[in-house]
Amino acid sequence: MEVCGTHTVAIRRFGLQRLLPAGVKLVSGPGCPVCVTPDSYIDEAVALARQGVVIASFGDMLRVPGSRSSLEKERAAGADIRAVYSPLDALQIAAETGRETVFLAVGFETTAPGIAAAAMKALENKLDNFSLLTALRLVPPALKALIAVDTGLSGFLLPGHVSAIIGRKAYDFLLQHRLSGVISGFSAEDIISSLLLLLEMHNKDIYKILNNYPAAVRDSGNEKSRTVLAEVFEPVDAEWRGLGFIAGSGLNVRPAYAGLDSRRRFTIKTESASPQRGCRCGDVLRGLIDPPACPLFNKACRPDQPLGPCMVSSEGSCSAWVTYG
Amino acid sequence: MCLAVPMKVVEINGDMAVVESAGLRREVGIMLLSNVKLNDWVLIHAGFAITKLTKKQARETLAIFAEGQFFG
Repeated sequence: MEVCGTHTVAIRRFGLQRLLPAGVKLVSGPGCPVCVTPDSYIDEAVALARQGVVIASFGDMLRVPGSRSSLEKERAAGADIRAVYSPLDALQIAAETGRETVFLAVGFETTAPGIAAAAMKALENKLDNFSLLTALRLVPPALKALIAVDTGLSGFLLPGHVSAIIGRKAYDFLLQHRLSGVISGFSAEDIISSLLLLLEMHNKDIYKILNNYPAAVRDSGNEKSRTVLAEVFEPVDAEWRGLGFIAGSGLNVRPAYAGLDSRRRFTIKTESASPQRGCRCGDVLRGLIDPPACPLFNKACRPDQPLGPCMVSSEGSCSAWVTYG
Repeated sequence: MCLAVPMKVVEINGDMAVVESAGLRREVGIMLLSNVKLNDWVLIHAGFAITKLTKKQARETLAIFAEGQFFG
């Protein structure tokens, strides 16, 4: 299984899945933050947008459908919703507008430290109109939940940039399940050599976590990033699309920084549950089905008109299958 | 989402730095990384330097970007 959405895109872009020998199959994992974010989170963001706050978000989130609306639709209806590249851009919006600004804190361990650093900067600059609506997720707890049931997986292609933060040792739990992992970069050569390492280990019945991206990944990861992250955030149980609630798999703002937490700052009332859309993104994320097995795939649900998050995000498996075949 | 781009540090101002690659300059946060120095190659993700690269690795990665093989 390749865990990371950026790997999914690279594999299909290079056509690597076509080069694999018989008996070797790559399955996409839950490593696309936009895809694993549940509908209820979009509903919260929509509710906040309707209260008249400025919403700043990574662009990918805007088209993701919630239960009844999306941020893109709200923007068309007049809400102030801005796509940003960095949480620092969101800080600047807060400083320039003087209005309540909510940053949609979505991402994995790669992204969370920067969001924490931006939050600390808000405090430093005495910006009291900036807060975070968190849906940050942690990779190891999700992998633990995934392998707790028999998946038929033989090994993991591990995410290069998440690993730059958390380090190689964060995956040692895989070994107890007799599963190997290789941390990989994103070029075709990186991915092919990582797959070769995984197959070698599999064939020889060896179980190890290898770092095949040593130029960017230190064995102990980036300790300073983790310190900044832990200052602002604490682990909480969190919901993943397709995987349900996973213990300790999300990050919330610590109570000491309550002012930075949009959920404490505002009363957020969301509409009732999601109407059934027939979308099987959740099953795709668990590696249970390939995208074409979904009845909506590339018919009612296409990259230009996505019904579910796996098609919305350019890193979603469904989008990658349509785009690159 | 976890895409990161190699860039070179050309100016340091406290916990921020100016980084450069292929003629593009940007101001980024360097508070997530220890001992960032001028001329270091770093991976930039969402406006922050998240890890150091060896120069050779940075060039290899840049070559991939330049060839347009990969935009994640």
